[in-house]
Amino acid sequence: MVDNQPILELRNVVSAYGRIKALKGISLKVYPGEIVTIIGANGAGKSTTLMTICNIVKAIEGDVFYKGERINGVGSDILPTLGLCQVPEGRRIFPRLTVMENLDMGAFFRTDSAGVKEDVERVFELFPKLRERRRQLGGTLSGGEQQMLAMARALMSRPTVLLLDEPSMGLAPLLVQQIFDIVRMINGQGVTVVLVEQNANLALQCASRGYVLETGSVVMEDAADKLLANPDIRKAYLGE
Amino acid sequence: MTIRGSKKLWTGCAVGLVWFLILLWPMLGIKPEGFEFAATFQVFGYVAVAAVFVLFFYQVKEAGYLDAAGKPIQSAAGLIQRAYAKTPTWVLLGATLAVAIVFPLVTGRYAHDVAISVLIYICLGLGLNVVVGLAGLLDLGYIAFYGVGAYTYALLSLNFGFSFWLCLPIAGLLAAIAGCIIGYPTLRMRGDYLAIVTLGFGEIVRLILNNWMALTNGPNGILGIPRPELFGFDFRSLASLYYVILAIAVVTVLSVYRLNYSRIGRAWEAIREDETAAELMGVNTFLLKLLAYAMGATFAGFAGAFFAARMRFVGPESFSFLESAMVLSMVVLGGMGSIPGVILGVLALVALPEVFREFELYRMLVFGGVMTLMMLVRPAGIWPAKRVGRRSEEME
Repeated sequence: MVDNQPILELRNVVSAYGRIKALKGISLKVYPGEIVTIIGANGAGKSTTLMTICNIVKAIEGDVFYKGERINGVGSDILPTLGLCQVPEGRRIFPRLTVMENLDMGAFFRTDSAGVKEDVERVFELFPKLRERRRQLGGTLSGGEQQMLAMARALMSRPTVLLLDEPSMGLAPLLVQQIFDIVRMINGQGVTVVLVEQNANLALQCASRGYVLETGSVVMEDAADKLLANPDIRKAYLGE
Repeated sequence: MTIRGSKKLWTGCAVGLVWFLILLWPMLGIKPEGFEFAATFQVFGYVAVAAVFVLFFYQVKEAGYLDAAGKPIQSAAGLIQRAYAKTPTWVLLGATLAVAIVFPLVTGRYAHDVAISVLIYICLGLGLNVVVGLAGLLDLGYIAFYGVGAYTYALLSLNFGFSFWLCLPIAGLLAAIAGCIIGYPTLRMRGDYLAIVTLGFGEIVRLILNNWMALTNGPNGILGIPRPELFGFDFRSLASLYYVILAIAVVTVLSVYRLNYSRIGRAWEAIREDETAAELMGVNTFLLKLLAYAMGATFAGFAGAFFAARMRFVGPESFSFLESAMVLSMVVLGGMGSIPGVILGVLALVALPEVFREFELYRMLVFGGVMTLMMLVRPAGIWPAKRVGRRSEEME
């Protein structure tokens, strides 16, 4: 899997909120077709990393490459059209739009209505719960359903790379398992996944490689099973 | 109702009455000559008796003693509701339009005057509804665009002899440009900050109108603006002017309706719901917010041009912050994002005060009370926007 060019690469990316540096020179590589996880404690800069990739938070130094091209200045609204889509932390669905409308928003920039229709079916197959609820307002769904809706909405853009920010946040263990199964399924359909997680155990089981972030820097990177076996990691992030 | 519930109700009533007295006395009782109590207690007496009576009636109703009278009324209401649900929308819309068209034929000058201002405010309310209700941008300086439209027609017609019909689109366009000029720097802000900055810009426009003597004749305003004319027909009577603004209002309703259910409308709603998420879905939020501003301003520009033609006079005091606040109240009271809601809100705030003209002195008091009550009872507005995903259903 790790043979060709990285599809997404960060080189020494620094970004800041005002004067406070959130990322202090992050470098990471994501290869096509893999699941890469970024784990770390609160405030380590995991979400900021994703927001910087999407140019919501501007990188003040360093480069972000996507499919070999530098995308630093590219507007956040252009990236989904290039196949780079994020499911932001805390789901952030549109609460007063219906489930169907939320999905349509995911396909906002697409003009192939036949393809969109097809994708709605595909997404409903992945998340059968959403089909039942398609006329409900997004805000009336349960937490788990909202997470599914957020992921489904992102899938509607037919992403090449899907950035997932804490999909397990605030969900019951059974649902978390289900969400991770779906992440694997999405990956099986050929979508590269970058998974930011607090739940290091599950994330590392799901991913092929992992990066460990600490206060804005990458402190470790390795194959996921090696990280999972690493005593330091087990101590710091798996509570042993 | 249990004894306890009844006790709670009466205690609430008593506390409310005491509060009312505390608020009422300073207004009626403090006079330059000294304190006075008779007038206060007279008004208070009426209100107290009315309150006790209403509460008593309410309790009797709750207890079910009025079922004999209430049941038929209820079933009648149910019948009307079912009939309403069954009638196709076009019949209802057609009936509304028919009433609107026939209206000036069966009423007098005074009613025409009120109806014209209702229609002007419908245009303004619907325009502001695009900005506030759909895109979720709180704009407190909206009336500035109305002013731009009004002065555009006033100046172009007096200085260059442009006709009303030519000036109408120009007024819309200039208002839209003004919207972009104001929007460009302000739309980087969100929420409360945006509201404050738009408030400032609204005042700036008013002050320019007030102080640019050479162009706008300052606080004296511009007099003798010509009436609209079409193929030799002079829109002299109020009834004929009514039809002009009715046409503008219908165009506004249709365009806002189309916008509401377009891709752009949905993108606006997405921005209102969550700007960052909308951006991550590929929505160019800045451009779309600017567009919302420009579209809202356009409708205000149309309304403004008509206002100038109808009054035959424009002055800066017509475009004060109070007007912005009024239009915003109409949108909020009626139901943000809902077209029939905004229309009802306008009716409630323009037509009803006319009906209650008798209370002249207490108009603003009643107005405030009604607004408070509405926000308590129906916080989403008289006719809240209902999102049932009609576009998705159409897809199926």
